[in-house]
Formats: sequence, structure tokens, C-alpha cells
Amino acid sequence: MNRQTLCNSGDYLICGHCQRAVRRDKKIIIAQTSRGPSAFIPEKEFGQENEVDKITNSLVEEYSTSGRLDNITKVISLHPQYLESFLRTQFYLLRLDGPLPYHYRHYIAIMAAARHQCAYLINMHVDEFLNTGGSTEWLSGLEYIPQKLKNLNEINKLLAHRPWLITKEHIQNLVKTGENNWSLSELVHAVVLLAHYHALSSFVFGSGINPERDPDPLNGFQTAVGNKFCVCDLANDNTETTSHTSNEVEQNKDYESELEALMERMKKIQEEKEEEEASQEEMATRFEKEKKESLLVVSGAFDEEAISLSNVSRYIEDPGFGYKDFARRGEENLPTFRAHDYSWEDHGFSLVNRLYSDIGHLLDDKFRMVYNLTYNTMATHEDVDTTMLRRALFNYVHCMFGIRYDDYDYGEVNQLLERSLKVYIKTVTCYPERATKRLYDGYWRQFKHSEKVHVNLLLMEARMQAELLYVLRAITQHLT
Amino acid sequence: MDKMARVTTALSGNNIMGRTMFCHLDAPANAISVCRDAAQVVVAGRNIFKIYSMEEDHFAEKLNLRVGRRPSLNFSCADVVWHQMDENLLATAATNGVVVTWNLGKPSRNKQDQLFTEHKRTVNKVCFHPTEVYILLSGSQDGYMKCFDLRKKDSVSTFSGQSESVRDVQFSIRDYFTFAATFENGNVQLWDIRRPDRCERMFTAHNGPVFCCDWHPEERCWLATGGRDKMVKVWDMNTNRAKEIYCVQTIASVARVKWRPERKYHIGTCSMMVDHNIYVWDVRRPFIPFATFEEHKDVTTGIVWRHMHDPYFLLSGSKDSTLYQHISRDAKRPIDQANPEGLCYGLFGDLAFAAKESLISSSTSSHDSNRKTYDRRHPIFFLRRPDPTEQFENISSGLSVFEPGGGDMGWFVATAERYMLTGRPLAELCDHNAKVARELNRWQVAQTWTMLRIIYCSPGSVPPTNLNHSIGKSGTALPLLNSFNIKELPPGIGSESRMEHNKGDSRADSILLDSTAINNEERHTTNLVLSVLWVLAHRGGAHTISKDTQESWFS
Repeated sequence: MNRQTLCNSGDYLICGHCQRAVRRDKKIIIAQTSRGPSAFIPEKEFGQENEVDKITNSLVEEYSTSGRLDNITKVISLHPQYLESFLRTQFYLLRLDGPLPYHYRHYIAIMAAARHQCAYLINMHVDEFLNTGGSTEWLSGLEYIPQKLKNLNEINKLLAHRPWLITKEHIQNLVKTGENNWSLSELVHAVVLLAHYHALSSFVFGSGINPERDPDPLNGFQTAVGNKFCVCDLANDNTETTSHTSNEVEQNKDYESELEALMERMKKIQEEKEEEEASQEEMATRFEKEKKESLLVVSGAFDEEAISLSNVSRYIEDPGFGYKDFARRGEENLPTFRAHDYSWEDHGFSLVNRLYSDIGHLLDDKFRMVYNLTYNTMATHEDVDTTMLRRALFNYVHCMFGIRYDDYDYGEVNQLLERSLKVYIKTVTCYPERATKRLYDGYWRQFKHSEKVHVNLLLMEARMQAELLYVLRAITQHLT
Repeated sequence: MDKMARVTTALSGNNIMGRTMFCHLDAPANAISVCRDAAQVVVAGRNIFKIYSMEEDHFAEKLNLRVGRRPSLNFSCADVVWHQMDENLLATAATNGVVVTWNLGKPSRNKQDQLFTEHKRTVNKVCFHPTEVYILLSGSQDGYMKCFDLRKKDSVSTFSGQSESVRDVQFSIRDYFTFAATFENGNVQLWDIRRPDRCERMFTAHNGPVFCCDWHPEERCWLATGGRDKMVKVWDMNTNRAKEIYCVQTIASVARVKWRPERKYHIGTCSMMVDHNIYVWDVRRPFIPFATFEEHKDVTTGIVWRHMHDPYFLLSGSKDSTLYQHISRDAKRPIDQANPEGLCYGLFGDLAFAAKESLISSSTSSHDSNRKTYDRRHPIFFLRRPDPTEQFENISSGLSVFEPGGGDMGWFVATAERYMLTGRPLAELCDHNAKVARELNRWQVAQTWTMLRIIYCSPGSVPPTNLNHSIGKSGTALPLLNSFNIKELPPGIGSESRMEHNKGDSRADSILLDSTAINNEERHTTNLVLSVLWVLAHRGGAHTISKDTQESWFS
């Protein structure tokens, strides 16, 4: 890596979120509060020199694009089985034969991450963009990129925040615009990349991924990035970490009873299932209720002030466009997408695989892996069947995107997912940039960090699948 | 005794009259099923559940089973099946996991009979026992199959596939106790209805979900399966291990397979995505469909032969909200449009060309100098024994092999070694490659590189510094190459499937074997030969292959 490159990327990356925080409250100390790969998870959670690390290292060797063990990989490596699916897919998207040129792929990643002002991912891909021969000029903003890439803006915006608005007209606009048109294969490659990086932004914020430390301290670059990374969230835990007092024991008891209550509810649902069935109308109402409610769940004290004019916004258009709470405002109705009419397994897979060969298998593997991953544990309990819980998390995310499964009772979501967890899910999935350590700590307090990372993986994949379902359906409609 | 009379008509139903016809449904169909007497058809979907009668030239709506002001999810059907012994009895699989039976004999408007709410997830398929009136089988997303006795309120047995969701269940037509189940993970299981503890047999049939299966109506042990991997496979279960006896590669994931009545080797298929056509394949001729029906404008979701002893009428329902009756005489026959010609490069630059014999012989008189004269000392003749049951036109073809003019392929190797496609600015790459081409005396190619340089690197435009993907792929630099579009493919033979066929040496192998009198030793002859044979086999018919280069095939 040459110095020029690093300086360049440094120049462009200032987290808007963070800037504002500094402006508003000068007292917040801009310093990293937790070392290690995640600001939310103590470093000691990531064991070293054991079997798992060996697996991780060999995976990184094989599939890493940056050539190093980055913090995302470190955090995901708590689930090595999944890590392999994840890295293989990402490697395929970025490095193997595909319809798009390499520098395009990284630029698209930047555009996607910029929708959520995810400085971490932008940093990473600015470097890789330059390394794969991308022109520095493009980094000055959207006005400097080819029209063809610029045309991707609209779909990037909709996909990130309101994928249900994507129609076949959007697809037509991309594939039939004369000289700047996208071939269907290129478009599929691009939307898979977009969905991947939107979802990965959710994971980065949801898991509090720390900026990379430069291995070479003499470089002087490390501090630059550190300062520019959004640390306003990290600052939140200054008070919390110091507040370990005598009532800690009591608190632990509280948490334990929370866990017991959850286990109890799971058992009850299991039993009820055998007893009585709710009427169909009731089922429909339950879905609508969750959908409406999910729209109302807002991550607490977040100032609705306009998105700051940070340097990140050079990669996006219409920065104010976000996931809106339609139900409350009654402006627009979030339509219901029937999962049985367009599912990943039956429809999405075939389309994606047809236009961009083999990606379908990789995604299929990844979705399946995350959905079925279990260690049969819940916090301190062992031999627990967590299927119900995993399904509730997955389906709740889809519910927020209006995707409904006829064979699911959304009453379960209400019983299994406590309010604080719902707020967390909503935040991470829809406004990941607002995720804080407080939100992360606020739910399932008895659970292990690795279990919370597991939750984040589920949220990430569910979000990615939801985005893909909408955009692939639009492409299918375009083809029909 | 009305019933008895109907049975007789049903059996003598070979003289159905009719023509290709269709009707609009109010909503997309998910499945259709036909009444035993072949006079009525039921269409089911998320928002439709109706019975139509088939008149001579139109469909007439007979009954709407979706009653009530706000129909419940129990009406949202993933599958429907009409009993083949009792014409009043139907069963549906609902997307919410409920299995519902319907009794048309009920006097009330609501014909709903029984509700089985045992499955926890969507039920994908239901199937009545072919000879037992009261036995119904279901397969669900929850991984279980359940057997219901309609005289009882609950299921009589539950079969656990020990895996992901069940996509299809089908009772064997001949073996009273046997049923087949197909799974999301690519497996097929055979069960004995009396033994719910474990399956009798299990094998992996496809890569990815197996969406459907169908037992052969006559061949007791033949099971056809269709999968997301775009394949239709025919399995012979006679032996200990299920043996794949035929394999058809289609161009899209296979949603339904249905053996054609009275035609041992024919099978109808439709696909889940992108491809809206219905194909009828002769499984012995896996490369080109025997017949296609191209009426639907969205994917076909259900196909059924109208009568179990009549091969001419096929019914289909589709997402485009239409119900069609197709007649075999109106079908397209892709073979009629196929060009029985093939062209292929060999490893050393020689070129083989196969074409209809009539075409070849007419052109031999004026052949050019590179073409060796016909050498009768090493004739390669093989003749496929015509099979009278096969309804393919017999075509006899001739093969010519041309040796490269220059005789030397050195330039090709040198080009491959010296060209540069990445790592430098486009202008430099073009210059370099132009120079290479010039040195190899390939002037026109050199000119092309120079032109590329002028077009893309003229002052003012930004030279893309990395060209990995811009060359040969549809990148920024070559917008003209950006034209891949499924719609532009000819129906029936997408370029994708063509490529896949080309790759399959083993496929060519098997054709070679089954179609000729050539010995095993020749099978090691180069890919060239295999490819050419493939091309010929692809077209169907008897082949006469002649070869007129010096080297012998029998070396």
C-alpha cells in the first residue's frame, strides 16, 4: 500500500454522524473505549491460538480480499461454520469471474455502504477500489463517475430503505437506456452487491465493529482514521462500564428471571400449538399488527435533524431518503408481499443463478446456514431447541419489509421478542447508523456475546434476502 | 348407479373432441386437477378455487368453491387434487399448513368437508391413493408427510423425512403400499405406507430441491423427477439401487412432470421461472423437445393430461391467469425448425462440419483445396437402428473435416503467450497487442487493436486503467457487447443450455454408445469427434458419418 493511497482515502472519510455529535456536545471524548474488533464486545471474547482461529486463518488466507484478518471477519469467526459461507460468497462477488469490472464492484460497495454512512466499509472499499485500478477522480463524488454507475443510484436508494417501491419500470430504466444500459447479468451482480453491503452495514453497526488498526504505527494513518470514525456511539458506554456497583448481583438475578420467562414462553407456545388454532382472520390481524407496530418502533432519542453534509454524502443522492414510518403518517401503505408467491428457494434462486452463474448456490448455502445454525444453547441453558426463536427473528425482519408467511403465527413474534429486542432489530435493520452500545446491551442481558452476534447474522441475512426478493421480483416482472 | 355409467364413459373416453382453447381466470393459478371423467377441471390458487367444465369449444365455469365474504387462508391453495375414484371428492393443500377436503355432494354452498391442521408449515402437495377411496397423503414444508384416513378426524400416520421440506408426494400407481416423496435437499425417498418408522429407500436425485415426481403409468418401477437444477430424470427402481436411465436437461427449473398417457417415453414438463412454455419430451431424445406449447404469457404452474388414456389433450394453468386446453396437433415441433448442421474446431485447428447428406454431396463437386477427397479406405459408417415407436424424423448426415490451411497453429500459441490484457493503461495494452499481432503477420488483427486504441483512448476520454473485465466481457470499455438478454434467446434452446451440453463429454459419450455400432476403443478419439457426434445426435435421426482426413479414427 502506498502512502498516497491511504491519504487519499483518509481525506474522503469523515463520518457525518460523528461530526455532529462532536458539534453538539463537546464533552464527549473522542477516543476508543473498547479495544479489539468490536466496541460492544470485550476483547477477551475472541479467543486466540485455538482450533477455531486456525480455521479462520485458513479461510482468510483463501478468501480474504484485503489480505488480512479484518474486524468483521474476527467478529463473525465466533461462528466459523457461517464464516466460511460468508467469505466464500463475498470473495466470489468481489474477486471471481463476474459480469462487472473489479473497480465497479468496489465502487458499488461504497455506494451501498454510504446509504448508511458506514465509514468502516467505505474505508475498506476505497482502498480496494484504488487497488483494483479505480480512478481517484471517482472518489470525488457521484458527478465524477460514468453515467452508467450513476444510474444505479435510484435502485440503491430504494433497495436500502424502501425496497417495496421497486417496480419493473425501475429495471427497465436501467436496462433500456441506450449506451449506458446495464445488461441483466451486470444488473444482477450489482443488486447482489448492493444488498450484500446494505446488510453488512447493518452488521457492522449492530456489532459495533471497530475501525481497523494499522499494523504499522509509524504510518500516522491510524489516528487519522480513528478520529474520523464515528465514535459517538462508543462514547455512550463511558458511564455504563464504570457503573458496576454493589447492585450488580441483584441485576444479574433480574436478567436471569428474564431468561427464565422467555424459556417459559417458548414452552407455552409449543404446547398451545397442539391445543388450539387461531382463526385465519386472527392470524392476518396479528401480521398486520406486527407490521404496523414495527413501523412505530423507533430507536429512542434520535434527533431527526437532517443528515449532515458529511463527505460520505458525496456517494449518495437524496441523503434524506430513509425508511419512513408510514403507518403513523398514513401517507403510504406498506404493501404485503406474499412469500409463497415469490420465494427465494423457488424463484429468486433460479433467476439469480441464471443471470450470474453460481451465485445462487453460494447465497442459498449462506441463507440456509444462518437459518439452521444452532448450538442448542440459550445463555446458560443447554439442549434447547431454538428453531422457534430463530424463525421469529428472521420472520420479524421480513415482516418489517412487508413480507408475510401464511404458515407463520405472528403472535409468536410478540411473545418471544421483547420490546427492547424489537427496538434493536428495527434499528439495526432499518437505521443501522443509529445503533448504540446501549441498544446492544439492552436486550437479552443473560445471553452470551456470541449469541448476540448470531442474532446479528440472522438480521443481516434476513435483510439481504428481503431486499433481494423485492428486486428480483421486479426483474422477473420485467422479463415476463 | 349413475356412478357406474360414468365409469364406463371414463374408460372409453378415447374419443374426446375438442380444440385448443382457453379461458381467463380471475387470478393466477397454482395448481389444476382433472376429474376422472375428463369433463371437468378444478383450478386452485391463492385467490381462486373454481371448477370448469370442458365443452367442445370453450370452458364453462361450473362452481366457485371460494365462498364467504372474507375467505380465509384455508382457501389459499398451493395444490389441489381431484379423487380419481370419487368425483365428489377433492383435497387442497393450503399455504398456511391446513389440508382441506371438499365434498361436492354437499347441499350447502360451502363444500368444505374436513380440516386437518396438523402440519406446522405450508403444505406443498396432496395426493389421493389411486385405489383406496379414503386415503390421502400430504407433504409439507415442515419436513413431514402425513397419511389421513378420511373417516377419521386425525392423521393415521406421520412420516418424518428427517430433512428439510417435502416438495412432492406421489402414491405409486402399481404398488399398493408404496409412495415416493421428494425433498428440498435433493433427495427422493420411497416409503411403505405401513412402516412410518423409516423409509424403505433413499437416494439423491438432484442438486438442489426436487420440485416434483411422477410414477410411470405402465412401467411399474419408473419414477420421473424434476428439480431446480433444470433436469428431468427417470429412475428405474427395479434394482437395489435406483438407477438413472434417462436425463433431460431443460433450460429452467422444473416445476412439474407428467408422463404422457399411452406414450411410453413421453413426458410433459413446465418450469417454475422465466420459461413459460410447456414441453413434451421423448426421454430418449433429451436434447430437443418433441413438442412445445407456447401459449402462456407467464409461468405455467400446473399441467395435467386430460384423460388417463388419451395422449392428445393437455390442460394447463398459469400465473398469467388463464386456463388452457392444448391439443397435440397444434403443438410446435422444434425438430422441424432445427438445422441438422454442426461445426466444431479441433484441438489442432482442424474444423469439422456435419450437415445433411444431401447438402454435403451437392457441394463436394466444387470443394475447395483444403478439403481432402473422400477416402473410401477408412469410411466411418454407422447407422442408427430406426425405432418405429420414435416419432422423430430420420436424418442422415455427412461429416467433413478440414485441416487448417497454414497447417501451423504456432501463431495461436504465441498470441496466447504474448498478449497482455491487464495491468497497464488501455492504450499501452492495445499498442502492445497490435505489435504482437503484426509480428505474427496477422495484419488485420493488428489493425483492430489499433482501432480499439483510437476509439477508447483518444484524448479527452478517461482511460480505464484496469481492463481485466473490459476485454471480452461486457465492461465499460465495450458497451456494444452488452447485449445479453434472455428474451432474445430462441425458445426451447437457450444459449445457456447449449453451452452446458457442449461441455458434457460424458453426455456425448453415452450417445455415442447408444446410437451406434462403434466399438469402445474409439471412444478415446478427440473431443472433436465427440462434439460432432453430439451435434448429430442432437438433431435426431440416423447418421452416416464419413471422414476424409488422412488420420484414421481407429488409431
